[in-house]
Amino acid sequence: MEQFQVKGRTLVIRMPKELDHHTTGQIPGIADRMIGEKNIQRIEFDFRDTGFMDSSGIGVIMGRYQKLRLLGGSVAVTHVSDRIWRILHLAGVTKVIEVEKERNWKESK
Amino acid sequence: MEQKNEMMITFDSRSSNESFARVAVAAFTTQLNPTLEEVADIKTAVSEAITNAIIHGYDNQVKKIRIRCRVSDRTLYVEVEDDGKGIADVKKAMEPMYTTRPDLDRSGMGFAFMEAFMDQVEVESEAGVGTIVRMKKTIGQTQQPFA
Repeated sequence: MEQFQVKGRTLVIRMPKELDHHTTGQIPGIADRMIGEKNIQRIEFDFRDTGFMDSSGIGVIMGRYQKLRLLGGSVAVTHVSDRIWRILHLAGVTKVIEVEKERNWKESK
Repeated sequence: MEQKNEMMITFDSRSSNESFARVAVAAFTTQLNPTLEEVADIKTAVSEAITNAIIHGYDNQVKKIRIRCRVSDRTLYVEVEDDGKGIADVKKAMEPMYTTRPDLDRSGMGFAFMEAFMDQVEVESEAGVGTIVRMKKTIGQTQQPFA
């Protein structure tokens, strides 16, 4: 499974199992480059694998949101667990970005 | 039942140690029988403190970070200490959304998360000397006591 997948003008980024300052690594740089090169209008951060996140994840999401908003694009966060949703909510991300909960997260783990 | 226990770890301020360090604190806390949610809270708070030490305290140079943990009754005490550049204005640094490094995609939510997930957070910092973040969390506050 490729971590970065382009579908039309949408970039889907499969987020790591544990999302912190270390694993965030090259994600912003690669995403920003692809926005330019592939004419990306929308980024979907796919959290189906992610069980842990700290504020480093907030920075990555909000940084891309600000960038794409200037270009008239959008950002979405998908397949989030209850825990990740709580963190996104606490940081105010759920107020400005569409966040889709993973319905069967507990059963699927 | 009263229990007391302590541990200390010292490790390099490499980002690859962030995972190890928060898991070590989480593992130490298991003696208090925390819920999964409480473990996740502690891991997130510790991760924030360590990331601050690496990025801000040491400007990504490899030096030492110390973590001291203590449990007393049902409370976990965690200290994360670095010998880095220190925080000039602690009050400002603790404001949500405030960051000195927006260029690194930092959200400015680090201290806000520590405060949200722990019961108490105190910061002692001196320019050129280093920073100590002291946090505590009482385990089992939301649960019924053992019957």
